[in-house]
Amino acid sequence: MEKNNTPLLELRNIQKDFFGNQVLTDINFTLEAGQVLGLVGENGAGKSTLMKILFGMDVIRETGGYKGDVLLNGEKMQFNTPFDALKAGIGMVHQEFSLIPGFTATENILLNREPIKKSVFSEVFGERMDTLNYKEMDRRAEESIKKMGVDIDSKMVVSDMPVGHKQFTEIARELSKENLRLLILDEPTAVLTEREAQALLDSIRSMAAQGIAVIFITHRLQEILSVCDKVIIMRDGYVVKDVPAKETDVREITRAMVGREVKEGGNAAREVRDHSDARTIMSIRKLWVDMPGEIVRNVNLDIKEGEILGIGGLAGQGKLGIPNGVMGLYDAGGTVEFDGKAIDLNNPRKCLDAQLAFVSEDRRSVGLLLDESLEWNVAFPAMQIQNKFLKKIGFFTWRDEKAIANVTNQYIDELKIKCTGSAQKARELSGGNQQKVCLAKAFALEPRFLFVSEPTRGIDVGAKALVLEALRKFNRESGVTVVMISSELEELRMICDRIAIVSGGKIAGILPADHSSEEFGMLMVSQVK
Amino acid sequence: MKTKKNFNLGSLISANSVPILFVIICAVMIPLSGLPANYLLNEVVTRLGRNTFLILSLLIPIMAGMGLNFGMTLGAMAGEMALIMVADWQIWGIPGLVLATILSIPLSILLGLLCGSILNRAKGREMITSYFIAFFMNGVYQLIVLYMMGSIIPIMHSTLKLPRGYGIRNTVSLLQMRQSLDNALAVSINGVKIPFLTLIIIALACLFIVWFRRTKLGQDMRAVGQDMNVARDAGIDVDRTRLISIVMSTVFASFGMIIYLQNMGNFPTYQAHTNIGMFCIAALLVGGASVDKASIRNVFLGVILFHTMFIVAPAAGGKITGDSMIGEYFRVFMSYGVITVALVMYEAKKRKENRTMGQQLANEQKAEEEGKTA
Amino acid sequence: MGNTTTLGNKTKLKELLDSFGLPRLIIAGFLLLLLIAAPIVGLDFATQITNIITRFSWNAVMVLAMVPMVHAGCGLNFGLPLGIVSGLLGATLSIELGFTGFTSFLVAILIATPFALLLGGGYGWLLNKIKGGEMMIATYVGFSSVSLMCMMWLLLPYKHPTMVWGFSAKGLRTVISLEGFYDKALANFLTIDLKKFGVNLVIPTGTLLFFALLAFLMWAFLHTKTGTAMTAVGSNPAFARAAGINVDKMRFISVIMSTWLGAVGILVYEQGFGFVQLYTAPFWMAMPAVAAILIGGASVNKASIGNVIIGTILYQGIVTMTPTVMNSAFQMDMSEVIRIVVSNGMILYALTRKTERGR
Repeated sequence: MEKNNTPLLELRNIQKDFFGNQVLTDINFTLEAGQVLGLVGENGAGKSTLMKILFGMDVIRETGGYKGDVLLNGEKMQFNTPFDALKAGIGMVHQEFSLIPGFTATENILLNREPIKKSVFSEVFGERMDTLNYKEMDRRAEESIKKMGVDIDSKMVVSDMPVGHKQFTEIARELSKENLRLLILDEPTAVLTEREAQALLDSIRSMAAQGIAVIFITHRLQEILSVCDKVIIMRDGYVVKDVPAKETDVREITRAMVGREVKEGGNAAREVRDHSDARTIMSIRKLWVDMPGEIVRNVNLDIKEGEILGIGGLAGQGKLGIPNGVMGLYDAGGTVEFDGKAIDLNNPRKCLDAQLAFVSEDRRSVGLLLDESLEWNVAFPAMQIQNKFLKKIGFFTWRDEKAIANVTNQYIDELKIKCTGSAQKARELSGGNQQKVCLAKAFALEPRFLFVSEPTRGIDVGAKALVLEALRKFNRESGVTVVMISSELEELRMICDRIAIVSGGKIAGILPADHSSEEFGMLMVSQVK
Repeated sequence: MKTKKNFNLGSLISANSVPILFVIICAVMIPLSGLPANYLLNEVVTRLGRNTFLILSLLIPIMAGMGLNFGMTLGAMAGEMALIMVADWQIWGIPGLVLATILSIPLSILLGLLCGSILNRAKGREMITSYFIAFFMNGVYQLIVLYMMGSIIPIMHSTLKLPRGYGIRNTVSLLQMRQSLDNALAVSINGVKIPFLTLIIIALACLFIVWFRRTKLGQDMRAVGQDMNVARDAGIDVDRTRLISIVMSTVFASFGMIIYLQNMGNFPTYQAHTNIGMFCIAALLVGGASVDKASIRNVFLGVILFHTMFIVAPAAGGKITGDSMIGEYFRVFMSYGVITVALVMYEAKKRKENRTMGQQLANEQKAEEEGKTA
Repeated sequence: MGNTTTLGNKTKLKELLDSFGLPRLIIAGFLLLLLIAAPIVGLDFATQITNIITRFSWNAVMVLAMVPMVHAGCGLNFGLPLGIVSGLLGATLSIELGFTGFTSFLVAILIATPFALLLGGGYGWLLNKIKGGEMMIATYVGFSSVSLMCMMWLLLPYKHPTMVWGFSAKGLRTVISLEGFYDKALANFLTIDLKKFGVNLVIPTGTLLFFALLAFLMWAFLHTKTGTAMTAVGSNPAFARAAGINVDKMRFISVIMSTWLGAVGILVYEQGFGFVQLYTAPFWMAMPAVAAILIGGASVNKASIGNVIIGTILYQGIVTMTPTVMNSAFQMDMSEVIRIVVSNGMILYALTRKTERGR
């Protein structure tokens, strides 16, 4: 690894905001050719936004661009599309595979860059009528597989491959691009077995030895320490630490990742109550949930009556799978007992009948009827499950429009939902107000137990506080047990009594909420899959 | 070893259930119909020559993920309009056919572009949209052929026109070019006429398709057909590729229609194309193709099986019930039925989730428990 | 956010245009043109209105049959022929069993009902297995069943002399006259006949009342607990499922309702038209109903009673008036071309417009 005077990549004063929400503030770092950089940070730290800037994704341009400079070999670069980035020699392997299932590894590696043989037709009908040079394709594919350093079958069709090999095919594809100088790997080992992960690390080392710089994004701190030259930790849009890997350890990295200074006059009334004497109202054993992207493997959890329990953890580790699995929205197995009685899984109706309620993290797809009025949204579950807001005329039960309007207006007032009236279509409200509608919907059911998943996602700061306060008030006044799932640790620490951390699809640990962020951080990275 | 073999046989049967069903139906109905073997063979060979090119036009859209191209009717219409013009200019025989072919090209390209652009606006609903495009264009076709030809578009010979002075008659006679393609290089074996030139043209079309799959464009189409988003991310112009596949299909269909009509010798101006799409699609499906996978083998197998059934059904029905109409309705029912079955199987397959993942998780849990206690 | 400010006049017009839809405006405009042209080319205005109202009364119930399935998110019911077949079975069996007059109409509905439940049940079960591909499969299920019935009409042991072929006495005829049976059974009930006042206006009040009754029942149903659940399923199936609704059951019910309304619809059509049409006629009966409801403003997953009424009036208006006006004016009948272009164009417009939302 030579050290030139100008680094391969330099980021200077990068700033990015999404409509006033500052996501990246003054990012600076350099990367030399052949260096491996480990990029670490919680969700929301800004890692993916930074990579989107580097890779020229449309969403950056569409939301007002960015400030600061990206320099490649000392030259200022402006990437407007991923193809600009590709041309400049930057490659990226995303978490979701971008492969054609029915093609072989070779065909995928060379997709849209296949070597061709000129044919007679191309003179008349254009260059796409040239035939593929299969021999040359095989040769190039084999070459890039060798460059990668992991042996995969180039003739195997992708849909037949084990998951790990799909990942390697993607990497081989990037390597087959001749001008590749910088490769970004986004959580590459999430789907690999132990052995495959080791093979990948070897492959990264060999790529670096060939002069390719690598940015390695992962939560697996051990891997970072074993293969990276330097580590950059991001938090809340800042680079909080930029240190050679040799000079740091897991503890220090975690501290940098999650540690926050106590805010002046923060949420003063934060009381952490002890519910260890209360009875266990819900008991979850051996829960597994097949929720794509948030798989739960083996969760055992006891929830105390009347508490506010927080569930946190890094993205993709399974925390969202827990409420979705218990409430029957995704395929699940295991046992759940509520108030002494067993609850059937895979049956949303049974959960709602048992007076459990759920505010989903997916407002738009699951939480709301966007094209219907607020009245419909608020009253619907209560109407269907508990026969509320209905009146009997003759043999039939009709909608009681007046009662529905009343209850909707009641919640509009209580939760201060900003709208033109209870008849407004849900689609027209802002994110924060839509979330309040979802809460109202759950409250209208007068549940005995409430799961709330990512309640403040995509909401502006002002509305966030209101939503959290509404939840806390609900718990204090009615004694309803609340389980809140959130990727924002600080939020959980603000209103929860205890916080459980999910890592690798299992509960890594439960601590009272007043423990330090660092302790929670350690739990988060402990069994990362 | 034995169970493995059984399993393979079982899955083989289920994968080819439709062709096998049709083999059984034909096997039952052929003896019932009482038709002589020579006659049957001759009919099948004739229909093979007549229909194969049309069915081949369906292969390319399937490759590009556009499903069953009901819009091939548009290509058929282009071919018909070209033939009307050629018949009017009284150019007969093979030269007439060549001229018609050349004339149909700009027309079919235009119609293909129209169809393809509409389909690009209805991604995910290509089949039903192409189905209605065909109906819609039938209205436009009638507008042109029934009203504009003879009035705005000059038609020289009054024999082609309706008595009222404009609009084409209900039947256009192609007597002077009837079977001119088929008869050239025809060989008669035992009373079975084999139209060699037609078969050679079909073989050329097949070779083209095989070669096409090996081109960059063919590869792009295959990629687009499997996953539009991945193809787009790789830089392939998805919309343009899909558009080209429809244009190619429409051009092929117009050639195929010209071959079809020269064999028939005359054609019902307003009815010829109405069911052609459905019957070609049914034939392709009978040959074992599915909505997302079709090969040349399916085309040939389908043409033979489907048309055999088509020929013997009325006669067999007549023998069984004394009314040959039963047989005619039966063959229509089988055509619709086979399309329904193929569509259902395709949709059901799309919806078959990985219900295996849940089982895997449960097994993982179990293995862990055992590992802990062991 | 969420406060709609008053827009300028221009943008408000544009908003109205967008929500009403350009094709709809064109069609309404065209109909208006025809109505104005009618007296000019020497046609009797009142007769035209009578024709439109009459044809509305024949077709409205079949268009109404589209509503349940659209509400439940099953798409446009191209499989209406299944309901029509049930209705035809009811009609033919009612005559076969010897009923006449108004009673034959009631018995026809009665007999058609179990068939509709059975066929609709099978159809509903199938649609639940292939969510997302309903429309294409519905079309072909409809076609397959009609062609199956083509064989059945020939084979089933009907014997009634008014229905079977003359000399062979086996197999049903293609068209069966309803004179003496339920021809005009509803139409002749409480008819408003203004001919004696010199105006050529005849309003088949009976049929309209019958439609109004069914429309009212549909409207009422959509306001019950189950009807509300059905609407939610069509609006956002994930939401409905999370709220504990059995999505499959709702879809199933909607298909049965649609099929039954299709059966009743064809009977209403027949009493107005005066004939029972068997064999290949039902092939093409779904398209006009679909086109009508789309013209009335429905989309692939939202339809109201208002859409039914407006759409049927507009569609039947165009279909009746075009040939008469054009014939009087130009001695040229382009009605078939216009009908094809209008109905299929409308369907194409709807297909290319729908955004994949709420799936």
